Amino acid sequence: MNIHEYQAKAILRNFGVPVPDGHVVYNSNSARDWARRLGDGPYAVKAQIHAGGRGKGGGVKIAKTADEVKKFARDMFGMCLVTHQTGAEGKIVKRVLIEKGCNIADEFYVSFLVDRATSKVTLMASAEGGMDIEEVAAKTPEKLFFEAIDPLTGLTAFQARKVAFKLGFAIAQVKQAVPLLKNLYKTFVEADCSLLEINPLVMTKEGDLLCLDAKLNFDDNALFRHVRIRDLRDYDEEDPMEIEASQYDLSYIALDGNIGCMVNGAGLAMATMDIIKHCGGEPANFLDVGGGATIERVTEAFKIILSDAKVKGILVNIFGGIMKCDVIATGVIEAAKQVGVKVPLVVRLEGTNVDQGKKLLAESGLNIVSADGMADAAEKIVKAVNG
Amino acid sequence: MSILIDKNTKVITQGITGATGLFHAQGAREYGTQMVGGVTPGKGGTSIDGFPIFDTVEEAVKTTGATASVIYVPPIGSADAIMEAIDAELDLVICITEGVPVIDMVKVKHYLQGKKTRLVGPNCPGVITPGQCKIGIMPGYIHKPGPVGVVSRSGTLTYEAVWQLTTRDIGQTTCVGIGGDPVNGTSHLDVLKMFEADPETKSVIMIGEIGGDAEEQAAEFVRDHMTKPVAAFIAGATAPAGKRMGHAGAIISGGKGDAASKKAFLRECGISIADSPAEMAEALLKIWQP
Repeated sequence: MNIHEYQAKAILRNFGVPVPDGHVVYNSNSARDWARRLGDGPYAVKAQIHAGGRGKGGGVKIAKTADEVKKFARDMFGMCLVTHQTGAEGKIVKRVLIEKGCNIADEFYVSFLVDRATSKVTLMASAEGGMDIEEVAAKTPEKLFFEAIDPLTGLTAFQARKVAFKLGFAIAQVKQAVPLLKNLYKTFVEADCSLLEINPLVMTKEGDLLCLDAKLNFDDNALFRHVRIRDLRDYDEEDPMEIEASQYDLSYIALDGNIGCMVNGAGLAMATMDIIKHCGGEPANFLDVGGGATIERVTEAFKIILSDAKVKGILVNIFGGIMKCDVIATGVIEAAKQVGVKVPLVVRLEGTNVDQGKKLLAESGLNIVSADGMADAAEKIVKAVNG
Repeated sequence: MSILIDKNTKVITQGITGATGLFHAQGAREYGTQMVGGVTPGKGGTSIDGFPIFDTVEEAVKTTGATASVIYVPPIGSADAIMEAIDAELDLVICITEGVPVIDMVKVKHYLQGKKTRLVGPNCPGVITPGQCKIGIMPGYIHKPGPVGVVSRSGTLTYEAVWQLTTRDIGQTTCVGIGGDPVNGTSHLDVLKMFEADPETKSVIMIGEIGGDAEEQAAEFVRDHMTKPVAAFIAGATAPAGKRMGHAGAIISGGKGDAASKKAFLRECGISIADSPAEMAEALLKIWQP
């Protein structure tokens, strides 16, 4: 799960991490009011959307006065911000963060993530702050520093010092960096983050370290123990169909093609998308109904696929293990009755109770093309859609 | 022979009184697995459908002589259940549970260091040695004893590969589902080493996914040390970058871990690649005949 920058900074502030003073606003008048409360300018006016690259798209402005804050905020509200992470359709700005500006002397990059190779939380840092870190990693990997963290000790002071010296800090900044980095690590672990990224971490002309931007992503599997973080979810930032799907514990991701897929298991679902493409078609979605799906969940899955206007055909690919084929068949029939299927439907069933499943579909009176094996299923649906 | 499990493996089920745990304990017993009991704290001394229940894993192991454990405990208690099984010095612990927080698994991996236990999973279908022992949620009947080892991150995609083999009358030594999470107990590489050392296994199908570099590490082992033919499929060629495809591990980030680069590297290492998931058995048969 993602949250907004201002929410991430509030969490960091609670963990004792230095972030600029600021406040989120929902209209331009309160933007000016909050700027006045922050004291003298300059101020940063930052559009709050779940995507990076906001500055280049006009989503970050520096204002000298409170009136200028109001003007910039007014321009931002309702604007459709397009960045390299939003896709071509962009995101509508509904929240704006007003912050007290600072005098930047230097910029750095710091992040924490779980490294699958070592199975440890890892601190990654670079003196190339404010840059696209993936570019730094690709072009100048020697400028990136790593520290794998032992879960028993957490980030140690010496590790934090090592990184701080490598970043080129003087001792005054090293002394600030040690608690700062340790508190970032504490945030990462205690809030169950999957990514914590500070880009840039700045040193001000006065010599203070400050997290100027903050990105926190959370491990969805751990949200059950973080009710307050779960409440920060912003539904405006998500695909409506993905939200609908998540309410039924379905794993759904919208894609650009026209062949809807319903599959059990994430690996098989990905492979089904692959084989559609392999046969010359384009998948409209990734949809994993999971292992223990009920008739109700299958029905909802089917409705979600059909609610996508781009879908010109549907492929159901089920290899029943725990998932019984007759349950899938009943769900498909139920959904087809409720919403009506006007596009070609190819069903491939294999595994537990396959014969009952096939029988149910055959006797349903629905126009269903039965397939034997994945290749046959993919060829049939691509042919039906592409003609 | 086989790897990890055989007819002598004695298995306890942690979380046996839950609907899922009991259902699959019964399924494994029907398959012929020695399912010797279960653990549910607070229900020790009772039994369910003929399975004796114990309060602790330690007690269950002492009484039944179990050598392996399978875990169906919900995510909130999964890590604790795994560590309890490690503490009881079981040879093998298989965690089926999906949705275990990553930070919990980081701690579990730390706890595992220096211990004798091998952990498989979490978020996996389990392990089966056809005709001898089934631990997990896979449908038993699609398998058949034979010479091919199968290792995969994905459950249903493993069934697909197994079914392609079985319908061609080719059996399997052992099929291992290592799970789709970013931090797990056993890697592709670990399993390939075991298959290489197992005299019964003559060839291997490895099924990978986008994300991470576990498949690449396994491929280096194939190139440098493996004498047996290996075929592979990598799922997720059509997955867009930055989107998590169901499995927490299946994500392309920073241009790394995409299917095309994985396939290219595996090919360089001498692995026969199936471009379509319908051709996994065919890809193996191109380089090996039973």
